[in-house]
Amino acid sequence: MPKLNICKYSSGGIMELKVKRVERVDGVKEAIFLPAIFNGLRLTVKHFWRNLFGARDVVTINYPEEKRHVSPRWRGRHRLTRLQNGFLSCVACYMCETVCPSKCIHIEAGEHPDLSVEKYPVVFDIDELRCVFCGLCVEACPKDAIRMDTGVVSMAYTSRQTFDFTRDLLRDSYDPKLHSNPKYEDEDLPKPVKQSEALPNSQGIPAT
Amino acid sequence: MDFLLEIIMTPAILACLKIAVIILLFAMPLGTLLTLMERKWSAMIQDRVGPNRANIGKFTGNGLLHIAADGLKSIFKEDTIPKGANGFLYLIAPFFGLIAAVAIFAIIPIAGPIGNFTFQVTDVNPGLLFIFAITSLNVYGAVLAGTSSNSKFALLGGTRASAQMISYEVFMGLALMGIFMVYGTTRVSGIVNGQNEYWFGNLVPMWGIFTQPLGFILFFTALVAETKRAPFDAPEGESEIVAGYFLEYSGMRWSAFMLAEYVSLVGVAALMTTLFFGGYHVPWLHLWENAPQWIVTILQILKFTFFTVVFCWFQIQLRWTVPKFRFDQTMGLGWKKLLPLSLVNIIVTALVILTLA
Ligand code: SF4
Ligand code: SF4
Repeated sequence: MPKLNICKYSSGGIMELKVKRVERVDGVKEAIFLPAIFNGLRLTVKHFWRNLFGARDVVTINYPEEKRHVSPRWRGRHRLTRLQNGFLSCVACYMCETVCPSKCIHIEAGEHPDLSVEKYPVVFDIDELRCVFCGLCVEACPKDAIRMDTGVVSMAYTSRQTFDFTRDLLRDSYDPKLHSNPKYEDEDLPKPVKQSEALPNSQGIPAT
Repeated sequence: MDFLLEIIMTPAILACLKIAVIILLFAMPLGTLLTLMERKWSAMIQDRVGPNRANIGKFTGNGLLHIAADGLKSIFKEDTIPKGANGFLYLIAPFFGLIAAVAIFAIIPIAGPIGNFTFQVTDVNPGLLFIFAITSLNVYGAVLAGTSSNSKFALLGGTRASAQMISYEVFMGLALMGIFMVYGTTRVSGIVNGQNEYWFGNLVPMWGIFTQPLGFILFFTALVAETKRAPFDAPEGESEIVAGYFLEYSGMRWSAFMLAEYVSLVGVAALMTTLFFGGYHVPWLHLWENAPQWIVTILQILKFTFFTVVFCWFQIQLRWTVPKFRFDQTMGLGWKKLLPLSLVNIIVTALVILTLA
Protein backbone atom coordinates (compact mmCIF):
# COMPACT_ATOMS: atom_id res chain seq x y z
CA MET A 1 0.00 0.00 0.00
CA PRO A 2 1.42 3.43 -0.88
CA LYS A 3 2.48 5.52 2.09
CA LEU A 4 0.53 8.51 0.80
CA ASN A 5 -1.80 10.24 3.12
CA ILE A 6 -3.74 11.97 0.41
CA CYS A 7 -4.02 10.22 -2.95
CA LYS A 8 -4.04 12.77 -5.72
CA TYR A 9 -4.27 11.77 -9.36
CA SER A 10 -2.51 8.51 -10.07
CA SER A 11 0.13 8.44 -12.80
CA GLY A 12 -1.81 6.06 -14.98
CA GLY A 13 -4.18 8.85 -15.87
CA ILE A 14 -7.15 7.21 -14.24
CA MET A 15 -8.76 9.70 -11.95
CA GLU A 16 -9.05 8.49 -8.40
CA LEU A 17 -11.23 10.00 -5.76
CA LYS A 18 -9.45 12.24 -3.31
CA VAL A 19 -9.47 10.06 -0.23
CA LYS A 20 -7.78 10.77 3.05
CA ARG A 21 -6.20 7.56 4.23
CA VAL A 22 -5.73 7.40 7.96
CA GLU A 23 -3.07 4.91 8.92
CA ARG A 24 -4.30 2.42 11.43
CA VAL A 25 -2.16 2.41 14.56
CA ASP A 26 -1.95 -0.82 16.50
CA GLY A 27 0.04 -0.02 19.61
CA VAL A 28 -0.24 -0.74 23.28
CA LYS A 29 -1.93 2.60 23.82
CA GLU A 30 -4.69 1.66 21.39
CA ALA A 31 -5.01 -1.87 22.67
CA ILE A 32 -5.84 -0.90 26.24
CA PHE A 33 -8.38 1.77 25.23
CA LEU A 34 -7.99 3.75 28.45
CA PRO A 35 -5.92 6.69 27.12
CA ALA A 36 -8.39 7.20 24.29
CA ILE A 37 -11.32 6.97 26.68
CA PHE A 38 -9.75 9.54 28.99
CA ASN A 39 -9.10 11.86 26.09
CA GLY A 40 -12.70 11.60 25.05
CA LEU A 41 -13.90 12.09 28.59
CA ARG A 42 -11.81 15.22 28.91
CA LEU A 43 -13.65 16.75 25.98
CA THR A 44 -17.16 15.72 26.98
CA VAL A 45 -16.66 16.63 30.62
CA LYS A 46 -15.43 20.05 29.57
CA HIS A 47 -18.63 20.68 27.61
CA PHE A 48 -20.71 19.22 30.42
CA TRP A 49 -19.25 21.52 33.05
CA ARG A 50 -19.41 24.60 30.88
CA ASN A 51 -23.09 23.98 30.17
CA LEU A 52 -24.01 22.84 33.66
CA PHE A 53 -23.58 26.38 34.94
CA GLY A 54 -25.33 28.71 32.59
CA ALA A 55 -25.57 26.87 29.27
CA ARG A 56 -22.65 28.79 27.85
CA ASP A 57 -22.02 26.72 24.73
CA VAL A 58 -25.60 25.87 23.87
CA VAL A 59 -26.42 26.75 20.29
CA THR A 60 -30.11 25.84 20.30
CA ILE A 61 -32.68 28.47 19.36
CA ASN A 62 -35.83 27.89 21.42
CA TYR A 63 -38.00 28.28 18.38
CA PRO A 64 -41.42 29.64 19.20
CA GLU A 65 -40.00 31.98 21.84
CA GLU A 66 -36.79 32.92 20.05
CA LYS A 67 -36.64 33.33 16.32
CA ARG A 68 -33.70 33.10 14.04
CA HIS A 69 -32.76 36.49 12.67
CA VAL A 70 -33.68 36.64 8.99
CA SER A 71 -32.34 39.19 6.57
CA PRO A 72 -34.75 41.99 5.68
CA ARG A 73 -34.46 40.83 2.07
CA TRP A 74 -35.83 37.40 2.95
CA ARG A 75 -38.80 36.62 0.74
CA GLY A 76 -41.66 35.98 3.12
CA ARG A 77 -45.41 36.29 2.79
CA HIS A 78 -46.60 38.95 0.37
CA ARG A 79 -48.17 42.22 1.27
CA LEU A 80 -49.86 44.90 -0.77
CA THR A 81 -48.49 48.34 -0.06
CA ARG A 82 -50.58 51.44 0.28
CA LEU A 83 -50.27 55.00 -0.79
CA GLN A 84 -50.10 57.75 1.78
CA ASN A 85 -53.83 58.30 1.55
CA GLY A 86 -54.57 54.70 2.37
CA PHE A 87 -55.30 53.49 -1.15
CA LEU A 88 -53.74 50.30 -2.41
CA SER A 89 -50.82 51.17 -4.65
CA CYS A 90 -51.82 48.37 -7.00
CA VAL A 91 -53.30 49.51 -10.30
CA ALA A 92 -54.41 46.03 -11.40
CA CYS A 93 -52.03 45.92 -14.33
CA TYR A 94 -51.75 42.11 -14.26
CA MET A 95 -47.95 42.22 -14.53
CA CYS A 96 -47.46 40.05 -11.50
CA GLU A 97 -50.17 37.60 -12.50
CA THR A 98 -48.55 37.25 -15.90
CA VAL A 99 -45.04 36.70 -14.66
CA CYS A 100 -45.93 34.35 -11.84
CA PRO A 101 -44.43 30.95 -12.73
CA SER A 102 -46.83 29.00 -10.58
CA LYS A 103 -49.91 30.92 -11.63
CA CYS A 104 -51.03 31.48 -8.10
CA ILE A 105 -52.07 35.15 -8.37
CA HIS A 106 -55.62 35.91 -9.41
CA ILE A 107 -56.62 39.51 -10.07
CA GLU A 108 -59.89 41.07 -11.19
CA ALA A 109 -59.76 44.71 -12.01
CA GLY A 110 -62.43 47.24 -11.23
CA GLU A 111 -62.99 50.91 -11.83
CA HIS A 112 -61.66 52.98 -9.02
CA PRO A 113 -64.00 55.52 -7.43
CA ASP A 114 -61.15 58.02 -7.60
CA LEU A 115 -60.91 59.03 -11.23
CA SER A 116 -57.23 59.75 -10.98
CA VAL A 117 -56.42 56.11 -10.30
CA GLU A 118 -58.34 54.43 -13.15
CA LYS A 119 -58.21 50.80 -11.95
CA TYR A 120 -57.91 48.94 -8.72
CA PRO A 121 -58.00 45.23 -7.89
CA VAL A 122 -61.47 44.15 -6.82
CA VAL A 123 -60.11 40.68 -6.32
CA PHE A 124 -56.45 40.01 -5.55
CA ASP A 125 -55.89 36.44 -4.40
CA ILE A 126 -52.61 34.68 -3.79
CA ASP A 127 -52.66 30.98 -3.12
CA GLU A 128 -49.61 30.75 -0.86
CA LEU A 129 -49.65 26.97 -1.03
CA ARG A 130 -48.76 27.12 -4.73
CA CYS A 131 -46.38 30.06 -4.47
CA VAL A 132 -42.73 29.12 -4.81
CA PHE A 133 -41.53 32.40 -3.28
CA CYS A 134 -39.48 33.29 -6.31
CA GLY A 135 -40.10 37.01 -5.89
CA LEU A 136 -40.78 37.60 -9.59
CA CYS A 137 -44.05 39.31 -8.83
CA VAL A 138 -42.21 41.86 -6.71
CA GLU A 139 -39.75 42.56 -9.48
CA ALA A 140 -42.45 42.81 -12.13
CA CYS A 141 -44.58 45.34 -10.33
CA PRO A 142 -44.27 48.84 -11.81
CA LYS A 143 -45.86 50.44 -8.77
CA ASP A 144 -43.96 48.80 -5.94
CA ALA A 145 -47.39 47.63 -4.92
CA ILE A 146 -46.51 44.11 -3.92
CA ARG A 147 -43.67 43.25 -1.58
CA MET A 148 -42.52 40.17 0.29
CA ASP A 149 -41.03 41.92 3.30
CA THR A 150 -43.54 40.96 5.99
CA GLY A 151 -40.96 38.83 7.79
CA VAL A 152 -43.47 35.97 7.97
CA VAL A 153 -41.13 33.15 7.03
CA SER A 154 -43.00 30.19 8.40
CA MET A 155 -46.61 29.70 7.50
CA ALA A 156 -48.09 26.72 9.26
CA TYR A 157 -51.85 26.75 9.45
CA THR A 158 -54.28 23.96 9.97
CA SER A 159 -56.56 24.40 6.96
CA ARG A 160 -55.91 24.87 3.27
CA GLN A 161 -58.38 27.68 3.16
CA THR A 162 -56.17 29.73 5.43
CA PHE A 163 -53.50 29.80 2.75
CA ASP A 164 -55.78 31.59 0.27
CA PHE A 165 -54.76 35.13 0.97
CA THR A 166 -57.30 37.60 -0.27
CA ARG A 167 -56.75 41.22 -1.03
CA ASP A 168 -57.65 42.62 2.34
CA LEU A 169 -55.68 40.00 4.18
CA LEU A 170 -52.67 40.84 2.09
CA ARG A 171 -53.22 44.50 2.68
CA ASP A 172 -53.71 44.37 6.41
CA SER A 173 -51.51 42.76 8.94
CA TYR A 174 -52.95 39.32 9.06
CA ASP A 175 -53.48 37.04 12.01
CA PRO A 176 -55.00 33.67 11.07
CA LYS A 177 -56.35 33.30 14.58
CA LEU A 178 -58.49 36.40 14.10
CA HIS A 179 -59.42 35.68 10.49
CA SER A 180 -60.40 32.05 10.57
CA ASN A 181 -62.75 32.43 7.62
CA PRO A 182 -61.32 35.04 5.31
CA LYS A 183 -63.72 36.54 2.82
CA TYR A 184 -64.20 39.80 0.98
CA GLU A 185 -65.89 42.66 2.64
CA ASP A 186 -66.05 45.53 0.23
CA GLU A 187 -66.74 48.00 2.97
CA ASP A 188 -63.11 47.56 3.78
CA LEU A 189 -62.16 49.23 0.56
CA PRO A 190 -60.41 52.55 1.09
CA LYS A 191 -63.02 55.24 1.05
CA PRO A 192 -62.64 57.69 -1.85
CA VAL A 193 -61.08 60.92 -0.69
CA LYS A 194 -62.39 64.28 -1.71
CA GLN A 195 -61.60 65.16 -5.30
CA SER A 196 -59.38 68.04 -4.22
CA GLU A 197 -57.24 65.74 -2.10
CA ALA A 198 -56.83 63.05 -4.72
CA LEU A 199 -53.35 62.44 -5.98
CA PRO A 200 -52.41 63.15 -9.58
CA ASN A 201 -52.66 60.16 -11.88
CA SER A 202 -49.78 58.38 -13.50
CA GLN A 203 -49.40 61.03 -16.21
CA GLY A 204 -49.26 63.73 -13.58
CA ILE A 205 -52.71 65.06 -14.49
CA PRO A 206 -54.45 66.09 -11.32
CA ALA A 207 -57.94 64.75 -10.80
CA THR A 208 -60.56 67.40 -11.12
CA MET B 1 -46.63 2.48 72.07
CA ASP B 2 -44.17 -0.11 73.33
CA PHE B 3 -46.32 -2.79 71.79
CA LEU B 4 -46.20 -1.02 68.44
CA LEU B 5 -42.44 -0.62 68.67
CA GLU B 6 -42.09 -4.28 69.45
CA ILE B 7 -44.03 -5.22 66.33
CA ILE B 8 -41.94 -2.89 64.20
CA MET B 9 -38.71 -4.26 65.63
CA THR B 10 -39.50 -7.86 64.70
CA PRO B 11 -36.93 -8.82 62.06
CA ALA B 12 -39.40 -9.55 59.29
CA ILE B 13 -41.28 -6.29 59.58
CA LEU B 14 -38.07 -4.35 60.04
CA ALA B 15 -36.68 -5.89 56.86
CA CYS B 16 -39.85 -4.94 54.98
CA LEU B 17 -39.56 -1.39 56.27
CA LYS B 18 -35.94 -1.18 55.21
CA ILE B 19 -36.78 -2.56 51.79
CA ALA B 20 -39.51 0.02 51.42
CA VAL B 21 -37.26 2.87 52.51
CA ILE B 22 -34.19 1.89 50.51
CA ILE B 23 -36.06 1.00 47.34
CA LEU B 24 -38.87 3.53 47.39
CA LEU B 25 -36.86 6.44 48.76
CA PHE B 26 -33.45 5.76 47.27
CA ALA B 27 -33.22 3.40 44.33
CA MET B 28 -36.47 4.08 42.48
CA PRO B 29 -36.48 7.90 42.73
CA LEU B 30 -32.85 8.06 41.71
CA GLY B 31 -33.48 5.67 38.81
CA THR B 32 -36.51 7.63 37.66
CA LEU B 33 -34.65 10.89 37.92
CA LEU B 34 -31.84 9.42 35.87
CA THR B 35 -34.18 8.68 32.95
CA LEU B 36 -34.53 12.44 32.66
CA MET B 37 -31.00 13.29 33.69
CA GLU B 38 -29.55 11.07 31.01
CA ARG B 39 -31.34 13.21 28.45
CA LYS B 40 -30.51 16.48 30.17
CA TRP B 41 -26.87 15.67 30.73
CA SER B 42 -26.37 14.30 27.24
CA ALA B 43 -27.81 17.55 25.98
CA MET B 44 -25.26 19.49 28.00
CA ILE B 45 -22.46 17.33 26.66
CA GLN B 46 -23.61 17.98 23.12
CA ASP B 47 -24.34 21.70 23.56
CA ARG B 48 -28.09 21.26 23.35
CA VAL B 49 -30.89 22.24 25.70
CA GLY B 50 -32.58 18.91 26.27
CA PRO B 51 -36.23 18.28 27.10
CA ASN B 52 -37.86 21.37 28.57
CA ARG B 53 -41.34 21.55 27.06
CA ALA B 54 -43.63 19.50 29.33
CA ASN B 55 -45.52 21.99 31.42
CA ILE B 56 -48.43 22.67 33.71
CA GLY B 57 -49.48 26.16 32.80
CA LYS B 58 -46.28 28.15 32.84
CA PHE B 59 -44.40 25.77 35.13
CA THR B 60 -41.92 23.44 33.45
CA GLY B 61 -39.40 22.84 36.22
CA ASN B 62 -36.68 22.98 33.56
CA GLY B 63 -37.86 19.65 32.14
CA LEU B 64 -38.64 17.94 35.42
CA LEU B 65 -42.25 17.40 34.40
CA HIS B 66 -41.13 15.16 31.56
CA ILE B 67 -40.84 12.35 34.08
CA ALA B 68 -44.52 12.67 34.92
CA ALA B 69 -45.43 13.11 31.27
CA ASP B 70 -43.51 9.97 30.26
CA GLY B 71 -45.11 7.98 33.06
CA LEU B 72 -48.60 9.11 32.13
CA LYS B 73 -47.97 8.39 28.48
CA SER B 74 -46.77 4.86 29.02
CA ILE B 75 -49.63 4.07 31.42
CA PHE B 76 -52.19 5.02 28.81
CA LYS B 77 -50.45 3.38 25.89
CA GLU B 78 -51.78 0.11 24.59
CA ASP B 79 -49.96 -2.94 25.90
CA THR B 80 -49.49 -4.85 22.67
CA ILE B 81 -48.62 -8.51 22.36
CA PRO B 82 -47.24 -9.40 18.94
CA LYS B 83 -48.83 -12.15 16.88
CA GLY B 84 -47.24 -15.53 17.57
CA ALA B 85 -45.56 -14.38 20.76
CA ASN B 86 -45.41 -16.65 23.75
CA GLY B 87 -47.92 -14.71 25.81
CA PHE B 88 -46.95 -15.72 29.33
CA LEU B 89 -43.19 -15.39 28.95
CA TYR B 90 -43.66 -12.21 26.99
CA LEU B 91 -45.69 -10.68 29.79
CA ILE B 92 -43.40 -11.60 32.67
CA ALA B 93 -40.04 -10.95 30.98
CA PRO B 94 -39.78 -7.22 31.82
CA PHE B 95 -40.05 -7.89 35.52
CA PHE B 96 -37.09 -10.25 35.67
CA GLY B 97 -34.79 -7.39 34.84
CA LEU B 98 -36.54 -5.05 37.24
CA ILE B 99 -36.45 -7.52 40.12
CA ALA B 100 -32.79 -8.30 39.53
CA ALA B 101 -31.97 -4.61 39.39
CA VAL B 102 -33.80 -3.85 42.61
CA ALA B 103 -32.49 -6.90 44.48
CA ILE B 104 -28.91 -5.58 44.38
CA PHE B 105 -29.89 -3.06 47.03
CA ALA B 106 -30.71 -5.83 49.49
CA ILE B 107 -27.10 -6.14 50.64
CA ILE B 108 -25.87 -2.58 50.26
CA PRO B 109 -25.46 -0.66 53.51
CA ILE B 110 -26.18 3.03 53.17
CA ALA B 111 -24.97 4.02 56.65
CA GLY B 112 -23.18 2.52 59.60
CA PRO B 113 -25.07 0.49 62.20
CA ILE B 114 -26.52 2.19 65.29
CA GLY B 115 -26.43 -0.40 68.03
CA ASN B 116 -28.27 -3.40 66.68
CA PHE B 117 -29.97 -1.50 63.93
CA THR B 118 -28.27 -1.67 60.53
CA PHE B 119 -29.00 0.47 57.50
CA GLN B 120 -28.87 -2.60 55.34
CA VAL B 121 -31.73 -4.92 54.47
CA THR B 122 -29.71 -8.02 55.19
CA ASP B 123 -26.04 -8.80 55.69
CA VAL B 124 -25.99 -12.27 54.18
CA ASN B 125 -22.95 -14.44 54.73
CA PRO B 126 -22.20 -15.14 51.07
CA GLY B 127 -22.28 -11.38 50.60
CA LEU B 128 -21.11 -10.53 47.14
CA LEU B 129 -21.79 -14.00 45.80
CA PHE B 130 -25.41 -12.95 46.16
CA ILE B 131 -24.68 -10.13 43.72
CA PHE B 132 -23.31 -12.58 41.18
CA ALA B 133 -26.40 -14.75 41.55
CA ILE B 134 -28.70 -11.79 41.08
CA THR B 135 -26.90 -10.36 38.07
CA SER B 136 -27.14 -13.78 36.44
CA LEU B 137 -30.90 -13.57 36.90
CA ASN B 138 -30.70 -10.36 34.93
CA VAL B 139 -29.94 -12.38 31.81
CA TYR B 140 -33.35 -14.02 31.95
CA GLY B 141 -35.13 -10.75 31.38
CA ALA B 142 -33.29 -10.14 28.13
CA VAL B 143 -33.36 -13.74 26.93
CA LEU B 144 -37.03 -14.32 27.67
CA ALA B 145 -38.01 -11.04 26.08
CA GLY B 146 -35.93 -11.85 23.03
CA THR B 147 -37.16 -15.37 22.50
CA SER B 148 -40.80 -14.85 23.37
CA SER B 149 -41.64 -11.85 21.24
CA ASN B 150 -41.52 -13.64 17.87
CA SER B 151 -39.33 -11.07 16.20
CA LYS B 152 -36.00 -11.66 14.52
CA PHE B 153 -34.44 -8.49 15.82
CA ALA B 154 -35.55 -9.24 19.35
CA LEU B 155 -34.20 -12.76 19.07
CA LEU B 156 -30.84 -11.45 17.87
CA GLY B 157 -30.79 -8.96 20.73
CA GLY B 158 -31.65 -11.68 23.21
CA THR B 159 -28.90 -14.01 22.02
CA ARG B 160 -26.39 -11.19 22.00
CA ALA B 161 -27.42 -10.21 25.52
CA SER B 162 -27.10 -13.74 26.83
CA ALA B 163 -23.71 -14.28 25.19
CA GLN B 164 -22.37 -10.97 26.42
CA MET B 165 -23.66 -11.22 29.95
CA ILE B 166 -22.54 -14.78 30.48
CA SER B 167 -19.03 -14.06 29.24
CA TYR B 168 -18.65 -10.92 31.28
CA GLU B 169 -19.97 -12.64 34.39
CA VAL B 170 -16.96 -14.95 34.30
CA PHE B 171 -14.37 -12.34 34.97
CA MET B 172 -16.73 -10.13 36.97
CA GLY B 173 -16.33 -12.74 39.69
CA LEU B 174 -12.61 -13.09 39.09
CA ALA B 175 -12.12 -9.32 39.21
CA LEU B 176 -13.56 -9.25 42.72
CA MET B 177 -11.33 -12.05 44.00
CA GLY B 178 -8.68 -9.44 44.74
CA ILE B 179 -11.11 -7.55 46.98
CA PHE B 180 -12.02 -10.75 48.80
CA MET B 181 -8.35 -11.50 49.37
CA VAL B 182 -7.43 -8.01 50.56
CA TYR B 183 -10.28 -7.70 53.05
CA GLY B 184 -10.47 -11.38 53.84
CA THR B 185 -14.23 -11.75 53.60
CA THR B 186 -17.15 -11.84 51.19
CA ARG B 187 -19.48 -10.15 53.65
CA VAL B 188 -20.34 -6.66 52.54
CA SER B 189 -20.11 -5.23 56.05
CA GLY B 190 -16.67 -6.79 56.44
CA ILE B 191 -15.45 -5.28 53.19
CA VAL B 192 -16.84 -1.87 54.07
CA ASN B 193 -15.26 -1.92 57.53
CA GLY B 194 -12.00 -3.10 56.03
CA GLN B 195 -11.93 0.07 53.97
CA ASN B 196 -12.04 2.16 57.13
CA GLU B 197 -8.39 1.32 57.90
CA TYR B 198 -5.64 3.75 56.96
CA TRP B 199 -2.19 3.59 55.46
CA PHE B 200 0.76 5.76 56.54
CA GLY B 201 -0.75 6.85 59.84
CA ASN B 202 -3.97 8.58 58.93
CA LEU B 203 -3.00 9.64 55.44
CA VAL B 204 -4.62 7.36 52.88
CA PRO B 205 -7.81 5.39 53.53
CA MET B 206 -7.57 1.76 52.45
CA TRP B 207 -10.29 2.13 49.86
CA GLY B 208 -10.73 -0.57 47.29
CA ILE B 209 -9.65 1.76 44.52
CA PHE B 210 -6.24 2.14 46.17
CA THR B 211 -5.78 -1.50 47.11
CA GLN B 212 -7.20 -2.89 43.87
CA PRO B 213 -6.87 -0.31 41.07
CA LEU B 214 -6.85 -2.93 38.32
CA GLY B 215 -9.67 -4.82 39.97
CA PHE B 216 -11.63 -1.57 40.01
CA ILE B 217 -11.28 -1.06 36.27
CA LEU B 218 -12.06 -4.69 35.49
CA PHE B 219 -15.08 -4.88 37.77
CA PHE B 220 -16.45 -1.59 36.54
CA THR B 221 -16.08 -2.70 32.92
CA ALA B 222 -17.81 -5.96 33.71
CA LEU B 223 -20.67 -4.18 35.43
CA VAL B 224 -21.12 -1.73 32.56
CA ALA B 225 -21.28 -4.68 30.18
CA GLU B 226 -23.67 -6.40 32.56
CA THR B 227 -26.07 -3.46 32.48
CA LYS B 228 -25.84 -3.46 28.66
CA ARG B 229 -24.98 0.20 28.45
CA ALA B 230 -22.64 1.85 25.98
CA PRO B 231 -19.94 1.01 24.99
CA PHE B 232 -21.32 -2.51 25.46
CA ASP B 233 -24.81 -1.89 24.10
CA ALA B 234 -24.62 -4.35 21.22
CA PRO B 235 -27.69 -6.22 22.59
CA GLU B 236 -29.73 -3.06 22.09
CA GLY B 237 -27.71 -1.96 19.09
CA GLU B 238 -30.14 0.60 17.72
CA SER B 239 -28.12 1.03 14.57
CA GLU B 240 -28.37 -2.64 13.58
CA ILE B 241 -31.20 -4.41 15.38
CA VAL B 242 -33.51 -1.47 16.14
CA ALA B 243 -33.86 -1.83 19.90
CA GLY B 244 -32.79 -5.40 20.48
CA TYR B 245 -34.60 -7.66 22.85
CA PHE B 246 -37.32 -5.24 23.97
CA LEU B 247 -38.17 -4.11 20.47
CA GLU B 248 -41.76 -5.38 20.53
CA TYR B 249 -42.72 -3.99 23.90
CA SER B 250 -44.89 -0.96 24.43
CA GLY B 251 -46.43 0.99 27.24
CA MET B 252 -45.73 0.12 30.83
CA ARG B 253 -43.76 -3.04 30.04
CA TRP B 254 -41.36 -1.06 27.92
CA SER B 255 -41.06 1.40 30.79
CA ALA B 256 -40.24 -1.51 33.07
CA PHE B 257 -37.25 -2.31 30.86
CA MET B 258 -36.18 1.32 30.91
CA LEU B 259 -36.63 1.60 34.65
CA ALA B 260 -34.69 -1.64 35.13
CA GLU B 261 -31.84 -0.21 33.13
CA TYR B 262 -31.67 2.94 35.21
CA VAL B 263 -32.20 1.23 38.55
CA SER B 264 -29.37 -1.15 37.73
CA LEU B 265 -27.34 1.93 36.83
CA VAL B 266 -27.93 3.19 40.36
CA GLY B 267 -27.21 -0.32 41.64
CA VAL B 268 -23.87 -0.38 39.85
CA ALA B 269 -23.03 3.03 41.26
CA ALA B 270 -23.96 1.94 44.79
CA LEU B 271 -21.95 -1.24 44.40
CA MET B 272 -18.88 0.63 43.19
CA THR B 273 -19.19 3.04 46.10
CA THR B 274 -19.52 0.20 48.56
CA LEU B 275 -16.68 -1.92 47.25
CA PHE B 276 -14.14 0.61 46.04
CA PHE B 277 -14.85 3.97 47.68
CA GLY B 278 -15.18 3.10 51.32
CA GLY B 279 -18.91 2.44 51.32
CA TYR B 280 -20.64 4.68 53.82
CA HIS B 281 -17.45 5.44 55.78
CA VAL B 282 -16.59 9.12 55.68
CA PRO B 283 -12.80 9.26 55.48
CA TRP B 284 -10.92 10.77 58.43
CA LEU B 285 -14.12 11.06 60.44
CA HIS B 286 -12.58 9.03 63.24
CA LEU B 287 -10.29 11.99 63.95
CA TRP B 288 -13.33 13.81 65.29
CA GLU B 289 -13.67 12.13 68.65
CA ASN B 290 -17.03 12.03 70.42
CA ALA B 291 -18.91 12.99 67.28
CA PRO B 292 -22.65 12.68 67.98
CA GLN B 293 -24.08 9.51 66.46
CA TRP B 294 -26.80 11.25 64.46
CA ILE B 295 -24.35 13.61 62.78
CA VAL B 296 -22.15 10.68 61.84
CA THR B 297 -25.10 8.80 60.38
CA ILE B 298 -26.26 11.78 58.37
CA LEU B 299 -22.74 12.40 57.08
CA GLN B 300 -22.48 8.75 56.13
CA ILE B 301 -25.76 8.80 54.21
CA LEU B 302 -24.71 12.00 52.46
CA LYS B 303 -21.31 10.59 51.55
CA PHE B 304 -22.85 7.40 50.20
CA THR B 305 -25.45 9.28 48.18
CA PHE B 306 -22.87 11.69 46.83
CA PHE B 307 -20.57 8.96 45.56
CA THR B 308 -23.50 7.04 44.13
CA VAL B 309 -24.73 10.06 42.20
CA VAL B 310 -21.22 10.80 40.98
CA PHE B 311 -20.91 7.25 39.70
CA CYS B 312 -24.29 7.45 37.98
CA TRP B 313 -23.10 10.62 36.32
CA PHE B 314 -19.85 8.96 35.34
CA GLN B 315 -21.63 6.06 33.65
CA ILE B 316 -23.82 8.44 31.69
CA GLN B 317 -20.81 10.54 30.75
CA LEU B 318 -19.08 7.39 29.58
CA ARG B 319 -22.03 6.42 27.45
CA TRP B 320 -22.01 9.74 25.63
CA THR B 321 -18.26 9.66 25.14
CA VAL B 322 -17.35 6.21 23.95
CA PRO B 323 -18.49 4.69 20.66
CA LYS B 324 -20.10 1.29 20.64
CA PHE B 325 -18.05 -1.89 20.45
CA ARG B 326 -18.83 -4.21 17.59
CA PHE B 327 -20.14 -7.47 18.98
CA ASP B 328 -17.05 -9.52 18.14
CA GLN B 329 -14.93 -6.78 19.72
CA THR B 330 -17.03 -7.01 22.86
CA MET B 331 -16.39 -10.73 23.03
CA GLY B 332 -12.70 -10.38 22.14
CA LEU B 333 -12.22 -7.75 24.81
CA GLY B 334 -13.90 -9.91 27.41
CA TRP B 335 -12.25 -13.24 26.73
CA LYS B 336 -8.87 -12.27 25.33
CA LYS B 337 -7.98 -9.22 27.37
CA LEU B 338 -10.04 -8.81 30.51
CA LEU B 339 -10.15 -12.45 31.56
CA PRO B 340 -6.33 -12.93 31.49
CA LEU B 341 -5.93 -9.54 33.15
CA SER B 342 -8.20 -10.51 36.01
CA LEU B 343 -6.24 -13.75 36.47
CA VAL B 344 -3.01 -11.73 36.57
CA ASN B 345 -4.64 -9.41 39.08
CA ILE B 346 -5.45 -12.34 41.34
CA ILE B 347 -1.91 -13.71 41.18
CA VAL B 348 -0.27 -10.34 41.80
CA THR B 349 -2.60 -9.61 44.70
CA ALA B 350 -1.89 -12.99 46.22
CA LEU B 351 1.87 -12.50 45.88
CA VAL B 352 1.74 -9.04 47.43
CA ILE B 353 -0.37 -10.27 50.33
CA LEU B 354 2.02 -13.19 50.89
CA THR B 355 5.07 -10.94 50.87
CA LEU B 356 3.54 -8.44 53.26
CA ALA B 357 2.22 -11.09 55.63
S1 SF4 C 1 -43.30 34.89 -5.45
FE1 SF4 C 1 -43.26 33.95 -7.50
S2 SF4 C 1 -44.66 32.21 -7.32
FE2 SF4 C 1 -45.07 33.53 -5.56
S3 SF4 C 1 -46.74 34.86 -6.26
FE3 SF4 C 1 -44.82 35.94 -6.69
S4 SF4 C 1 -44.33 35.39 -8.78
FE4 SF4 C 1 -45.87 33.91 -8.07
S1 SF4 D 1 -47.82 44.17 -10.88
FE1 SF4 D 1 -48.18 45.47 -9.09
S2 SF4 D 1 -49.60 47.00 -9.83
FE2 SF4 D 1 -49.65 45.33 -11.32
S3 SF4 D 1 -51.33 44.04 -10.66
FE3 SF4 D 1 -49.49 43.21 -9.68
S4 SF4 D 1 -49.37 44.23 -7.73
FE4 SF4 D 1 -50.84 45.35 -8.92
